[in-house]
Amino acid sequence: MNKTWNNKAWFMVLPVLLIVAMNAVVPLMTVVNYSVQDTFGNNVFFFEGARWFREVLESERFHNALFRQFSYTFIILAIEIPLGVGIALAMPRSGVWASVCLVLMALPLLIPWNVVGAMWNIFALPDIGLLGYTINAMGIDYNFTSQPISAWITMVLMDVWHWTSLVVLLAYAGLRSIDDAYYQAARIDAASRWSVFRYIQLPKLKHVLTIAFLLRFMDSFMIYTEPFVLTGGGPGNSTTLLSIDLVKAGLGEFNLGIAASMSIIYFLMTLLVCWLFYTLTMQGEKE
Amino acid sequence: MARIDLSNLAHSYLPNPKSDNDYALTRMNHTWDDGGAYALLGPSGCGKTTLLNIISGLLRPSEGQVLFDGKDMTDLQPQDRNIAQVFQFPVIYDTMTVYDNLAFPLRNRHVPEAEVDARVREIASHLDLNDALMTRARGLTADAKQTISLGRGLVRNDVNAILFDEPLTVIDPHMKWHLRSKLKLLHRQFEHTMVYVTHDQTEALTFADKVVVMYDGQIVQLGTPEELFIKPSHTFVGYFIGSPGMNVMPIELDGASAKLGGQTVSLPGAAKVKAGDKVELGVRPEFIRLDAKGMPVTVNKVEDVGRQKIVRAQLEGRNIAIVIGEDESVPTDAKIAFDPKGINVYANDWRVELGA
Amino acid sequence: MNRYRWLVPTLYILFLMLPIYWLVSMSFKTTNEILGGFSLWPSEFTVESYVKILTDSTWYSGYINSIAYVALNTVISVSFALPAAYAFSRYRFLGDKHLFFWLLTNRMAPPAVFALPFLQLYSAMGLFDTHLAVALAHCLFNIPLAVWILEGFMSGVPKEIDETAYIDGYSFPKFFVKIFMPLISSGIGVTAFFCFMFSWVELLLAKTLTTVEAKPIAAIMTKTASSSGYELGLLAAAGVLTIVPGAIVIWFVRNHIAKGFAMGRV
Repeated sequence: MNKTWNNKAWFMVLPVLLIVAMNAVVPLMTVVNYSVQDTFGNNVFFFEGARWFREVLESERFHNALFRQFSYTFIILAIEIPLGVGIALAMPRSGVWASVCLVLMALPLLIPWNVVGAMWNIFALPDIGLLGYTINAMGIDYNFTSQPISAWITMVLMDVWHWTSLVVLLAYAGLRSIDDAYYQAARIDAASRWSVFRYIQLPKLKHVLTIAFLLRFMDSFMIYTEPFVLTGGGPGNSTTLLSIDLVKAGLGEFNLGIAASMSIIYFLMTLLVCWLFYTLTMQGEKE
Repeated sequence: MARIDLSNLAHSYLPNPKSDNDYALTRMNHTWDDGGAYALLGPSGCGKTTLLNIISGLLRPSEGQVLFDGKDMTDLQPQDRNIAQVFQFPVIYDTMTVYDNLAFPLRNRHVPEAEVDARVREIASHLDLNDALMTRARGLTADAKQTISLGRGLVRNDVNAILFDEPLTVIDPHMKWHLRSKLKLLHRQFEHTMVYVTHDQTEALTFADKVVVMYDGQIVQLGTPEELFIKPSHTFVGYFIGSPGMNVMPIELDGASAKLGGQTVSLPGAAKVKAGDKVELGVRPEFIRLDAKGMPVTVNKVEDVGRQKIVRAQLEGRNIAIVIGEDESVPTDAKIAFDPKGINVYANDWRVELGA
Repeated sequence: MNRYRWLVPTLYILFLMLPIYWLVSMSFKTTNEILGGFSLWPSEFTVESYVKILTDSTWYSGYINSIAYVALNTVISVSFALPAAYAFSRYRFLGDKHLFFWLLTNRMAPPAVFALPFLQLYSAMGLFDTHLAVALAHCLFNIPLAVWILEGFMSGVPKEIDETAYIDGYSFPKFFVKIFMPLISSGIGVTAFFCFMFSWVELLLAKTLTTVEAKPIAAIMTKTASSSGYELGLLAAAGVLTIVPGAIVIWFVRNHIAKGFAMGRV
């Protein structure tokens, strides 16, 4: 649509700008402020420059949390995106069953995040949880509160349970927008099921999958509540992801400088990855 | 290349159709000759796309059979029927090059790569796509995309028939003519059986050797453009084809003459109709001429449409249209006569053959 | 292969329902049964946990609090986002693209980063422990989202409609409310749904900004669970009750969800 140039439109944007700016700029400035200062209490601050940043970037604790975070994000993306697309492909295309599927699948998305954590905690308890009990009954030693591997598996499974539906809904909407003529032409051209997917469905899904990827990347990168309620970051530090570590440092140990500089590093990383990904796909689009 | 027979074919989208109204296509028997260029013409919703999809195998008819050269194809999938179809909106594989698009149906059928290359290049030169072969199909114009979809059909040399479903809908007007004449040329070169669905009579009449007119789920006439014009077998054909359409007037039959209100029209022959039938007289505006000794009409309006004039007039209280030459003038007390060549009698909307 | 296609969504839904089933089943068990060992379904069916939650004001006020700030946030987000989305969809102005992108980056801001500064900010404004504080804080991610979704829907409405209305003598506010908003009503519905959803499920900020007066149900749940030594039945019942509003909302918008996603937004 060709839009008219009108600077008065600023007045319409202003309320949004103010309310978001209050929420974003002021706290961000506070964080920046903390990240370069130190305090001995009593609201006395002094300038520390880049000390906290150096400390964070050099600390093994941060490296470990970062490594865990990337592993986690990578694993859940690798599972959720293909799984979500697969389920969307197998869903009924219209009718009552499609509605039923959509409603049931959307359900996990509307459960408060700590309830998700609590629910999985109860579900996975090795003695009285359905999942934990079943696995142990099969003769596999499983206890997510004491074994890092079990904790990781539970955490990943929980995320898959919670968020795959988002990918399914997006992919389903993308598939629905493909005109029937494409499938008909493919049948006439004797295309195999794989060719239909590769040359018709996948190209049309590219846009929604970009969004799904970005959303899942961002949200898994800032995930806090669910794993915290499930495992509390343990056993040991084995499931301490970035956000959990951050809150531990900030609110738990009251290490404001460290927490603030971690926040900024963390925020910048998210932005960078999103920007990179966005730019790359847009370039692919133009070509 | 094949002859296509539809035998006792009917289709309903409902699982248990009861009355005729439940059928999208009512029972029909029909033959499309090998190598013919057919146009399937009718208003939207008359069942022409349904019929096309039944021929291509995208739909399975609820009753009857589809035969290609006498072989029953009813239960075969589209890919096994060896047909090609071009859709209303150009279907191309966005991520592939033009070359790969054209090669796609052949590669899917495991044709050796050397032969694929030869066929693609041959078809590309017929369609003037040689220069664009290696470009991505995504950025092309609508007419180029539609040409590629056509090419995907032509590239298989064993194709039984090529079906077109309103293929020029999204094409710019000045390109429509170009594509249509290219199609005509290709038909002459390859002699495929072609079926072309459209609701545009100009497209149908210029493309096809034979036009099939559909109305309300049935085929009302199959004929050359000339036959459709002179002897429309159904009042709908008279109304739908021609501009303005045929004048249809209720009459009372009396042997070889008809009573039209207070006037009497002599017919070229006697018509046999059953008592109680709705009887009508159909005369195209082109077959009415001004005649000093004819029936008096009241002239309402004269439209000058370039090479001819259309007179809107009233005859015995009914609106009729008359086409006259651009130099003719219309007197205020105009009188008209019907050319016997263009007189048709209809009983319950179907044309009645006039006896000698 | 096509004959077994229905198995995939069915198995997936089964997988989704299992933990929910377990939660529901737990909520109907007595504490003794839960602690006594594993049982697939409640042997002594009891609604005791639900009775306790629905009669104890520290519990049910949590629901009221949650619903209050979620509703408040949805109203604020949608009503602020409407004019802004209109501006983005109809006009070009100085810095519009940068502004739009900046708004979206706020969707990427991790709540954990903002928790502490928010606490200080809202305490300083004297809004600490009020519904308004949580509602405003959630605007951080909900307003950008609302602007984004609404802009998509509005761009689908031809500009000629605006112009025709002005020619017919409508003033801008009258046109916006009487003509434009009904045209994008399904878009507004979808937007409200997503605002509701993200405000309802977010807890970190909601918990940080409240202590007593406006404490959300989900936070009360966590606290009770840890302080009263693992009353799993009660915890499960409270969990079940937090799923109910979401399920109701989904049921109402079921036909619009796919459309909202199809806009390629969210």
